[in-house]
Amino acid sequence: MLDVGRHPNIKLLAYSELERLEGDAGNFTATIRRKARYVDEDKCTGCGACAQVCPTPVLDLYNEGHAERKAIYSWFAQGIPSTHAIDPDHCRVLNGKKCGICQKKCEAGAIDFDQTDVIIDLPVAAVVVATGYDVFDPSRMPEYRYNQLDNVITAMEFERFLSASGPTAGHIYRPSDRKVTATIAELEKKVKKSQKALDRFEKTHGKKSDEFYAAYTDGSLKPGEDLEKDQDKWAKRVEAHLENANPLAVLKEKAKGFTTAKKIAFIQCVGSRDLRFYPFCSGYCCMHSIKEAIIAHEHDNDTHTVIFGMDIRAVGKGFEEYKIRGGNNSNISYKRSRVAEITRNPDECPVLIYEDTREQKIQRQAFDLVVLATACGPVKGAQKIADTLGIDLDRFGFFKTDPSNPLDTSRDGIYVCGCAHSPMDIPESVAQASSAAARAAQTVIKKNDQKAS
Amino acid sequence: MNTHTLTPYEAPRIGVFVCDCGSNIAGHLDCPDVAEYAKTLPHVVYVKENLYTCSEAGIGEIKKAITEQNLTRVVVASCSPRTHQPLFSSSCAEVGLNPYLFEMVNIRDQCSWVHMGTRDAATQKAKELICMGVAKSAGLEALNEIESSLIRKILVIGGGIAGLSAAQALGDMGLDVILVEKTASLGGLLQQVHQLDSGVMAKEALSQIIDDVRSQSNITCYTSATVTETGGYIGNYDVKIETQTGLVEEQVGCMVVATGAVPLIPEGILGYDGRQVISLMQLEQLLQRDKLDAKRVVFIQCAGARTPEREYCSRICCMIGVKNAMLIKDKYPLTDVRVLYRDMQMYGTHKEQMLWDARGKGIRFDVYTPDNPPEVENGKVTFFQAVTGKTQELDADLVVLSTPLVPRNDSGKLANMLRVPTDQNGFFLEAHAKLRPLDFAADGIFVCGSGRYPATSTEARTQGIGVASRVAAILFKEKLVKSAIVAQINPDACVGCMACLPMCPYEAITYNRDKRICEVNEVLCKGCGNCAATCPSHSAMLRGFKPQQLLAQIGAA
Repeated sequence: MLDVGRHPNIKLLAYSELERLEGDAGNFTATIRRKARYVDEDKCTGCGACAQVCPTPVLDLYNEGHAERKAIYSWFAQGIPSTHAIDPDHCRVLNGKKCGICQKKCEAGAIDFDQTDVIIDLPVAAVVVATGYDVFDPSRMPEYRYNQLDNVITAMEFERFLSASGPTAGHIYRPSDRKVTATIAELEKKVKKSQKALDRFEKTHGKKSDEFYAAYTDGSLKPGEDLEKDQDKWAKRVEAHLENANPLAVLKEKAKGFTTAKKIAFIQCVGSRDLRFYPFCSGYCCMHSIKEAIIAHEHDNDTHTVIFGMDIRAVGKGFEEYKIRGGNNSNISYKRSRVAEITRNPDECPVLIYEDTREQKIQRQAFDLVVLATACGPVKGAQKIADTLGIDLDRFGFFKTDPSNPLDTSRDGIYVCGCAHSPMDIPESVAQASSAAARAAQTVIKKNDQKAS
Repeated sequence: MNTHTLTPYEAPRIGVFVCDCGSNIAGHLDCPDVAEYAKTLPHVVYVKENLYTCSEAGIGEIKKAITEQNLTRVVVASCSPRTHQPLFSSSCAEVGLNPYLFEMVNIRDQCSWVHMGTRDAATQKAKELICMGVAKSAGLEALNEIESSLIRKILVIGGGIAGLSAAQALGDMGLDVILVEKTASLGGLLQQVHQLDSGVMAKEALSQIIDDVRSQSNITCYTSATVTETGGYIGNYDVKIETQTGLVEEQVGCMVVATGAVPLIPEGILGYDGRQVISLMQLEQLLQRDKLDAKRVVFIQCAGARTPEREYCSRICCMIGVKNAMLIKDKYPLTDVRVLYRDMQMYGTHKEQMLWDARGKGIRFDVYTPDNPPEVENGKVTFFQAVTGKTQELDADLVVLSTPLVPRNDSGKLANMLRVPTDQNGFFLEAHAKLRPLDFAADGIFVCGSGRYPATSTEARTQGIGVASRVAAILFKEKLVKSAIVAQINPDACVGCMACLPMCPYEAITYNRDKRICEVNEVLCKGCGNCAATCPSHSAMLRGFKPQQLLAQIGAA
């Protein structure tokens, strides 16, 4: 990323979209909308002081919704360019409210609430489509209860959990436990506040609140004069306090038993190789699951992982060896099965129901955490991109190519690479990207030759 | 350019720029105090604290100070050199200060960020870091970037689909290509293949590309030829090619390895006899010659692959098996076709669709496990059907063993000649498994196709074309320019012990037999410093990180 950002021949237009493409191979005009960031790219140094002071928290989708960012933000810390952007859906100023704290804080004077989209025309000889993919939404599969069960997460969510800079700092806490911990923190705040009120009464009357309340409720209270006028108020405060303190005690007791997830299951082909959704294979998910299981084990040697799949497709260079190593060294077992359903047992553990095809038996097995290896599908706006570019999609919704010229789309001068072409892993993507670059270079060279002659 | 290499009597004039980085640094340590301290350091004649040294204003300050204060060294104490060193050093160069007289001190990532909440300690550490940086900068030398010429010609070794695609794409870009093929004809393994998974006949697809390659005047094809000797380095390789008409000597700028792989002959595996039990490649030829005569065909996948001796998955055999199973079923619908497999490796969109289609055509797939493999005997295949828990016996007129591609016998020899590595299976080893799949670690040499790892014809073609852009990125430049931070070996001090030779990961050091010393090829050297750390006579040194410079830095700590 850094190399691209720094390369003298690369003009990086982040936060921009192609609106129109006119002309022919060698002589295209691309009309591009540079969306308003509300931050001046030339002035912003990416220091992040604005995000620190911004009062508006927003769900952080980079962390798959398991953390919060601010209304002024960069998508992730290492992003290029480091220029921040203001989220117009959440910024107070852009929604007509009073704020502008970031503008006051920014010493570079980069915040510009009046910025508007800018449309630019660029002459280009060739176009490379590298729009990637979208991950399948597992809530479309009712049998896996992704929306109902906290401890059923996607491989992308798990990826963020494993990241040292992610929402759990690399520890694999179960989402259900994190919810409880968050509630405890919330209740503790409230209890601390109500305790303060009680402290005042206790100080005035020289009596513990619980003693007072016990006497108050069983009628044995013998109030003195000053207690007379305070007793109902105090009692009400105690009740309000207990409303939070009691559940807090229960949750705290519960939280004592929390550990990180030890028994982890991966379910392969969630949304892929499935005629209801995507009939094709996503290519990379088997290796992704194995990698995540190995990293989880590196982080915590007590993890035991079962990967449920129809076939384990370890088809790249060194992949089969990696898979075997995962089995030998990282407590991973591979089970040939397509999991039928996920239910829950009382301690929030997801229970998998599946047929063990080697034992010819229906099994039920509980895990601490279940990771869904969700399919790689075409990007949501694929049809729109195809229309803008004047190129075709294939039967699966990816950009169509000709196997004999594997990077060429249906329009001359437009090439495709990576998961926009079809699901694939990193080395394949990189090799394809080099190829698309070569095809694009050929188009540019041809154009220059024509000019010269 | 004023290079400002100091005479022994001239004192350096050092300028120090302390960056607040907004609140990233100034929020956690006392920048004004640090700047005051910097003024007290030896040879420091100018100090400036900036809100953002990397901003236009900050860069302007540096340039102005170099000119007005006649600075001969610049030290910036700010963030990471990874992101900002190029900006600062090139800014120095813009006003005439040699960029290698710039030194950077990281007081953000290595100080303010890691010592948040301990302001005094962080301030003290920043002072010490700057003191070290200033001490080192005093001893810096002006260096010139290394330039080398480029020959715009490429040697492609191997005339299969990958090599042909590379040659075609490079030729199309107007570069000169020499394509060397060991056998008498171009086309490689695909010549023996009947029909591709796309439905196109392999011969037709090949002849289209071969005709195009042959028609390009800037591509020279040598068939029945081998590369016998290579020497030199990126931009300037000398190669010798043994051709039918004698030895040819050529000079090329880059080399591409596209030597492919060979199908395993499954001798001794699952009753292979070459007649009733044949390999996948033999089936291709039966289909090519339309000589198939069988009513019951059983394919056995992973024959000789994914075993303890040969752990890797050959990637393409499942697809080829399914493709041929379907061809048989299409042509002879009454034939009973079964496939015994471990995992069907039909990754991606098109291949998985083939698997759906094959099932739809009535081809039956049964899984087996390696601990209980099928047995082939007297026209019968026995296997344990895991799903039913029963042992099944199939009559088979023809058993097709899906065997893996294995590296060529002579790929090790080629690897030695080119001084490139191979992996544990004998395939060529790329520079980085994920991010640099087509490069070798050595600059100027590239790899594509099944020589790297089994690839389908489409994948091999993709990689071949991909290599073209990797090569073009080098050869379209005027000349090769690289950082001056490289090793040097003092010829007077070197005793020729060759301890540095095996330490160099880039093959940049050679032993000069006449002078009995080791020598560094500056173009190949990447400045890792391994040799300098190893050299027992201290004659190997890394420019920009010489012992006296580093000792000054350490001494100041």
